[in-house]
Amino acid sequence: MPIRAIFMLCCGCDVKNLGPAMLVTFLLSFTDCRLSQKNSKLKTLNSELKIMKLHDELRSRRDQKKILLMTHLVLGYPSFETNREVIKQMAENGVDCIELQIPFSEPMADGPVILKANQKALATGIKVEDCFEFAAEMVAAFPQVNFLFMTYYNIVFRYGEQKFLTRAAEIGMKGTIVPDLPPEEGESYLTASRALDLAPITFFTPTSTDERMQEVAAVGEGFVYVVARRGVTGEHTEMDKGLIEYLARCRAATELPLAVGFGIASRKDVAMLEGNADMAVIGTATIRLVDEQGAGAVGPFIAELLGT
Amino acid sequence: MARQRPNVFWMEKLGATVVPVTDGSRTLKDAINEAFRDWVTSMDNTHYVLGTVCGPHPFPEMVAWFQSIIGTEAHKQILAQHGGMPARVYACVGGGSNAMGIFQGFLDESDVELIGVEAGGKGLDTDQHASRMVGDRAAAGVAQGYKTMFLQDDDGQMLDTHSIAAGLDYVGISPILSDLGEKGRVRFEAATDDEVLEALTLTMRTEGIIPALESSHAFVQAFKEAPSMSRDEAIIINMSGRGDKDIFTIAHAFDDPSWKEFIIARADSYR
Repeated sequence: MPIRAIFMLCCGCDVKNLGPAMLVTFLLSFTDCRLSQKNSKLKTLNSELKIMKLHDELRSRRDQKKILLMTHLVLGYPSFETNREVIKQMAENGVDCIELQIPFSEPMADGPVILKANQKALATGIKVEDCFEFAAEMVAAFPQVNFLFMTYYNIVFRYGEQKFLTRAAEIGMKGTIVPDLPPEEGESYLTASRALDLAPITFFTPTSTDERMQEVAAVGEGFVYVVARRGVTGEHTEMDKGLIEYLARCRAATELPLAVGFGIASRKDVAMLEGNADMAVIGTATIRLVDEQGAGAVGPFIAELLGT
Repeated sequence: MARQRPNVFWMEKLGATVVPVTDGSRTLKDAINEAFRDWVTSMDNTHYVLGTVCGPHPFPEMVAWFQSIIGTEAHKQILAQHGGMPARVYACVGGGSNAMGIFQGFLDESDVELIGVEAGGKGLDTDQHASRMVGDRAAAGVAQGYKTMFLQDDDGQMLDTHSIAAGLDYVGISPILSDLGEKGRVRFEAATDDEVLEALTLTMRTEGIIPALESSHAFVQAFKEAPSMSRDEAIIINMSGRGDKDIFTIAHAFDDPSWKEFIIARADSYR
């Protein structure tokens, strides 16, 4: 069986509606009404609880600021010591949410910078268990920050979905971002997350139809991760009229806060999002900065992004 | 890419741009990751089809259907030549496209035993192989858009794989094949690199044909089992590829002195 060219002939299937976050599946029949029934039952349950839901927490923060900020780092890259210093700088400079990425050997949605960070973190021998312990320490140290796990589904699956989510909730994580799990395949993940008051973050992409956006938002919590453009993390996004129109379409599809990411790197990018989205997401830019200038450069960079 | 140099040459001559993958273990799984990354960036003008029966729905079924021509033809030919069904059908299994192709011709023939042969590499007791269904290094997982048996560690990180045959050097296996394995419809075996070279030699000397290193895995298992079968039983071995493409790898494995001399002389003439 000789290895074949990876790109083969067009097979005539319509892939227009697929975005990077949804790359793992083609649109399957969607059990929309079943899910929304479950949704409303859970909403009643949650309203009886006193814990502030992530989306309410973000909304109240948003009332005080022009835009919120979510930053990201790969756990164990280059080391937990550096992670600790970077998080401290982020927290002290007013970051609202931090994505802690548990490294995976096949980070399909990530571009070269985050891909390399995943590989190097794994090469140091770090385990999922170490990530949980480190995250628990950070949540306790920086109560002003909402921490979320970002990882790929195999990590969750191997650990045991229920066990993973329960552990995440126990240490005080606010949500999980799993880009390769489409809602259609993640019913048990969505249900378990909601029961634990852990926000399962869903995605909008430029290829999502209005209908798809509504479906995806209906099963998500916390905020919607709006992928600003096609492709993988770390490439520059043109902040143009097309993006503003796309964000308006996102806004119309959901009441959840909109967090916009993929290629946001400067004060200018963040300023462009003010008024059009609720939260800017910075990923690759900070990793690059730490690589080049060390953890100490993160604080001033965050302050500059927020224009403070 | 070095292991597939002749194929790369022909692909380029046919007009393709072949881009080497520089990340990860630089095997098939890494090429799949990179192709996905390219596709999510360029989906406006690009369609992506996996070359094997893996990946997200509907790729496994689509590619299985494309490949089913092998089984349809084999079914017809064995009827014509043997007058009945074969007792066993052997195919090598990396992702599983040639195996799915030929097996589909016989899935409904319950008396036909289907045997998939995986890459035993340097032995199942080492960490240098790519056997998912045989051996104990694989576990159920969800990656590259599908759920199947993956060679992975306790944390779910994919393991490095090894096979003398680049086409079998892959962490996952078609979800359709792992399902058929679980249900007992397909029996899985593994062949080591050494056994493969031995079977290849035998095939060349006795049949005058040169199977690819991948296909030679199927020959290994057939040669092991044929002596204990009856004379009237027919078997089919899927020779899914020709060994011409493997000339560098095979010559190197045999440590062939006259070939080496030739390569050195040719290299000198280019300097």
